[in-house]
Amino acid sequence: MTKADLVEIVFEKVGLSKKEAQDIIEIIFDTIKQSFVEGESVKVPGFGTFNVRQKAARRGRNPQTGEELTIAPRRVLTFKASNQFKAMIEKQDQDKE
Amino acid sequence: MTRSTLIEKVSEKVKDLTLKQTEIVVETVFESIKEALAHNEKIEIRGFGNFRLKERQPRNARNPKTGEKVEVPSKMAVRFKAGKALREALNPDLIKG
Repeated sequence: MTKADLVEIVFEKVGLSKKEAQDIIEIIFDTIKQSFVEGESVKVPGFGTFNVRQKAARRGRNPQTGEELTIAPRRVLTFKASNQFKAMIEKQDQDKE
Repeated sequence: MTRSTLIEKVSEKVKDLTLKQTEIVVETVFESIKEALAHNEKIEIRGFGNFRLKERQPRNARNPKTGEKVEVPSKMAVRFKAGKALREALNPDLIKG
């Protein structure tokens, strides 16, 4: 599923024009992204939580050359699915068997 | 940022939609992603990231209270990977020249 599929679903379910659906979906992801850039986590009940985490610098190795290097400190994103989301996944997985 | 803050912020940027309509779109987007993942379909949001299911291997664990051995069956877990544009937005200093 891509952004184009989401546009199609919003177009069909909500009755916006395709252009409107496309614009609002773009704005939704941009707004979430902006929150991450500001270092703020995003919580969506029933879906999950995105956390921005600061990673310290660490020593690593280039796996190809074996050369030692320092990996710069960075911010990474983690996502934790909500219990409801996990339950939904588990149920579908069991129904399949 | 919570779901309601997200809806407010998106609504401010979208001129022609009411708060209620924006809420329906936001809800539709997250529900569609959940629905697709429940069917083990990969979601690719360009500039944002990917969601997919990853199988967790079965493992042996212990009930911490009783010390009793329990077998934890394999299960599906939701995995989110931030896209390149998002990783770069989080770490503007790390972009390679």
